[in-house]
Amino acid sequence: MRPLRLSKERFMTKTAASDMATQDIASLAPPTTSFVSRLITYGGWAILIILLVTSYKAVEMGNISRLVEKWGNTQSVLAEYMHPNFSDWRNYVDKMWLTIQIAIWGTVLSVIMAIPLSLLCASNIAPQWIVQIARRLMDILRSVNELVMGTLFLVAVGLGPLPGVLALALHNTGVLAKLFSEAVEAIDVAPVEGVRATGGNRLHEIVWGVFPQVAPLWTSFALYRFESSARSATVLGLIGAGGIGQVLFDNLNSFDYARTSAIAIVIVVAVTAIDFLSQAIRKRLL
Amino acid sequence: MPQPLVEVSAVSKTYTIKADGTKPRGVLKALNNVSFTMDKPERIALIGPSGSGKSTLLRSIGGLLIDDASSGDIKVMGQAIQSKGRLAPNVRQARMNLGMIAQQFNLVGRLSLFTNAALGHLGKMGGLRGFFGLWSKAEKMAVMRALDHVGVAAKANQRANTLSGGQQQRGAIARAIVQDAKVILADEPVASLDPVTARKVMELLVKVNTEDKVGVIVTLHQVDYAKRYCDRILALKDGVIVYDGPANGLSGDTLKDIYGEEIEDAYWEGAVS
Repeated sequence: MRPLRLSKERFMTKTAASDMATQDIASLAPPTTSFVSRLITYGGWAILIILLVTSYKAVEMGNISRLVEKWGNTQSVLAEYMHPNFSDWRNYVDKMWLTIQIAIWGTVLSVIMAIPLSLLCASNIAPQWIVQIARRLMDILRSVNELVMGTLFLVAVGLGPLPGVLALALHNTGVLAKLFSEAVEAIDVAPVEGVRATGGNRLHEIVWGVFPQVAPLWTSFALYRFESSARSATVLGLIGAGGIGQVLFDNLNSFDYARTSAIAIVIVVAVTAIDFLSQAIRKRLL
Repeated sequence: MPQPLVEVSAVSKTYTIKADGTKPRGVLKALNNVSFTMDKPERIALIGPSGSGKSTLLRSIGGLLIDDASSGDIKVMGQAIQSKGRLAPNVRQARMNLGMIAQQFNLVGRLSLFTNAALGHLGKMGGLRGFFGLWSKAEKMAVMRALDHVGVAAKANQRANTLSGGQQQRGAIARAIVQDAKVILADEPVASLDPVTARKVMELLVKVNTEDKVGVIVTLHQVDYAKRYCDRILALKDGVIVYDGPANGLSGDTLKDIYGEEIEDAYWEGAVS
């Protein structure tokens, strides 16, 4: 350890500085919030309250009492839901598996497309003009709902699981490219400089400096999107994209609540199992 | 006459400082017309107080920052790194002669120590082979020899971020050896290490210099380490070289002039006469 060597002169200097600091404290005032800052805070709250009041009528919040008034109807439907009919369970499991397969393909395709696109969206990798174009393109993909995309692909490739896969792939590409690029923008530049300093080219820097750093986060995001895709793929079945959603839609249309209940239980069990599985994988990775 | 290992001529670097509420927008001259040459594989210590330009100079030599347009050239083994504020077109090739070691080791934490050291081959590998990390048997053996040379061969399979600071720094030195670097640029390599490990790392740099004839330029906050482990000292103050000479020729008065009243903080393990 370095021996403590404090000269007398130095000690005096430090003591004098300490005295000066004590005097300064008396004249110090605690920090205050500026008028503009307060105006922004209170203004924000005021805008939120105005929005809630003006939209009260539009969303018919006044009718919330019907929940109690029409409780009898709800009760009779719930009674049927309480007796799920599993007589066709093999078909439900089969269709659920198809839905999961749609989600798997949709997610994997989106990951493959999102990797290069995320690099183009990352401001620490690509030039600013490319970043702007790529980000706007991803905004468009994200803002178009899977159901809308699904109907477009239904027209293009016909009924069946494929339009569902394509809709999920495209929508998830928009989401994942954004999430992946944010992870890339948050990397530590030091290891990248380490690779650059060896004489490696730009591609080497990305493969060996960037990818190992973002891999756990990217995997976590991909798993999260897989969970979401499994839920979305169910809904896509409603527009004829196959899977459990289609069976659910058929039974709902025929008011067969007992079978609908059984299908809902299959969906809940499958989605919960997927959530547990991906959580376990994420835990190992992070 | 053999060509110099490193030539730095009239290099300047100015940073623009953003206004932050307490200070107005301004400029900081980090390096001001700095020149020096390393003719043979020696150990040069760059010393000076914080903000004197040591790290800026080192990063300029590595081509990791671009100097002012009014600057001269930086060459390594006769190959230009940068000239007049522009990186040389073949900077990648020129960098192959430089091994860089940093305070935070700059290893890729999730990769094994072996893979990190093997990245030293990247500069000489083709695009696809480098992309997939397809090292040849001879390249793998070279990596293991380098890890053995620095004393961490037993840790080859361990992930870099699970190793101690000293082991990681040894891994970074191994990467420079794998790279077959002619000059190692070490930016405060012992700043985040305990004194015992720091001494070992400095001794390793001396070993690489004397046994492998690799030039070493190292920035150090500790004047005692600079005097003990280096042949030559370059002292910087406010971006200007104020001393360039043998380590044993640096007088106490010069040091006091460089560091001012804070000279005692520049020693880690006590003054070296």
